[in-house]
Amino acid sequence: MRIAIVDDHQLFRSGVRAELEGLVEIVGDADGVDSAERLILDNSPDVVLLDVHMPDGGGVEVIRRVAPERPGTRFLALSVSDDAEDVIAVIRAGARGYVTKTISGDELADAIRRVHGGDAVFSPRLAGFVLDAFAGAPPAPADAELDQLTPREREVLQHIARGYMYKEIAHRLDISAKTVEAHVSAVLRKLQLSSRHELSRWAAERHLLDADS
Amino acid sequence: MALMESAASSPRTIRRDPERRLIAGVCAGIGRYFGIDPLWVRVAFVAASAAGGFGIVVYLIGWVLMPAEEGVEPAPRRWSGRASIEVGAGAGLLLLSLLLVLRAVGIWFSDAIVWPLVLVCAGAALLWRQSMSDGAAAPPHATRHPPPRDSERARISRTGLGIALVIAAGIVFLQATGALSAARNVVLAVLVVAVGLSVIFAPLTARLVRSLSAERAERIRSQERAEMAAHLHDSVLQTLALMQKRADDPREVAALARRQERELRSWLSRGTTTPDERTLATALEAAADEIEREHGVPIDVVAVGDAPLDAAGEAAVAAAREAMLNASKFAGGSPVDVYAESRDGRLEIFVRDRGPGFDSSAIPDDRRGVRDSIVGRMKRNGGRAVIRTPEGGGTEVEIVVGGEEQ
Repeated sequence: MRIAIVDDHQLFRSGVRAELEGLVEIVGDADGVDSAERLILDNSPDVVLLDVHMPDGGGVEVIRRVAPERPGTRFLALSVSDDAEDVIAVIRAGARGYVTKTISGDELADAIRRVHGGDAVFSPRLAGFVLDAFAGAPPAPADAELDQLTPREREVLQHIARGYMYKEIAHRLDISAKTVEAHVSAVLRKLQLSSRHELSRWAAERHLLDADS
Repeated sequence: MALMESAASSPRTIRRDPERRLIAGVCAGIGRYFGIDPLWVRVAFVAASAAGGFGIVVYLIGWVLMPAEEGVEPAPRRWSGRASIEVGAGAGLLLLSLLLVLRAVGIWFSDAIVWPLVLVCAGAALLWRQSMSDGAAAPPHATRHPPPRDSERARISRTGLGIALVIAAGIVFLQATGALSAARNVVLAVLVVAVGLSVIFAPLTARLVRSLSAERAERIRSQERAEMAAHLHDSVLQTLALMQKRADDPREVAALARRQERELRSWLSRGTTTPDERTLATALEAAADEIEREHGVPIDVVAVGDAPLDAAGEAAVAAAREAMLNASKFAGGSPVDVYAESRDGRLEIFVRDRGPGFDSSAIPDDRRGVRDSIVGRMKRNGGRAVIRTPEGGGTEVEIVVGGEEQ
């Protein structure tokens, strides 16, 4: 499994490199959108660790440029940002998960492996964002299946947000770990395909509502 | 109307009463001194003015000699808008009457100056009045007489009227002195020069205006930058300095970094929420921050569907705080996950750690009280709290209020 690191902070790149050394093969790192594009097109890594915030468009722009060329490459967003709007934007652009930069090396390696295996990786914070984004009634006409979480999906997300591992969730809900993965992947798909216009704007709206109340 | 109110107390000396003034408060002051309605005094003054201008002279003398009543706010001029036209007309008429008086007395130069002077006076009064009312912000007590809101157009047209009056005065004067035909050439020359100059300087002026607004924007930006620099200096740089000093204590360094991170995040999101409003998320964050500071155990708070706190919500947050405190003390330093969800009036908070777990049959006595403050507190507030040891180890405290639980 070959991975690439894209982050505009040199210190952070070397930190991640040191933590992942020996766990996965790192083919290179890049400090910006242009160099990331070259790096990914030249090396075709399996997984790209992608910073949400970078000059010239950030992770969204990197995915937009290289995803059509390298359909086999998977993206895992990695950021200190708590800004739900930015995180959701990267997921909607095609990233298969989001973890915060405070994640430990082992957990990060595990998340990379899961993304590589085609699964979605939701950190507790992302699960919270998604639950917030899908809260409330869906817009009237749109695709109801895509615009709403099933009760089971909601339950799974809540457990992720509560700090449970997938295996523990499977045990608690009395389903197989594979089913948990399937639910999370379904949520990811909804997140990426849903026409809920709130998904891109909801954070700002939520803040407005908060200020009003 | 304020004018009709009788004086509250009879003053010992005769003073102008700016509080109830029309012009300077002379009539109002006299009326108050004698205890009569100022309206009668005003009528007398107008009559005296009509009779040879005597009233005007007396009024001006009164204005100069009578001290203003102390400690009172001058009433807002009741004239504005249309009234400023009346002021202009009034000023013109006053001057006319004064000129007539002078003429009658025998101090006189030429009839030719009468109309120009009157027009100039009226126009000047109008312009002054307009610029004064533009410049002065309405005083706070003006709510009693809310000033009519002038539309921009009306203001401009009044200013234009004032200018027209002054120009008309000039023309009449020139006409009267026979200099108009000579002046016409001069005017034409001046006009040509003016047009030429404006064509020449138009780009320059435009650039000046643009650069002024650019400069203003730059000033605002630099103010923001200064504010941010000040904040970074007070918080981030201080913390970094502290971390260098404590470099040999990794626990302390991590705690400092966490605290700074939290503080910076709340500062960055400051613009979107009002700081004094307590919501579920802000209250939990605050509690987590406090406990993290004391015990150095990282606490991650995820809040969904943030909502303002009621009494039961406050109790739930207080119980959650106890749970976080417990987790920090007894979970061996493992990170604590806090998840809160507020939906349809139901509030759920989960506090999860990955410590050695919690055997409810073996609660030491000193933890019984703590347990009371979680389970007991929620029961008293119409909710419930459950402490369990989930699969995979650790402890989870579930706190619920509202919704179908009640």
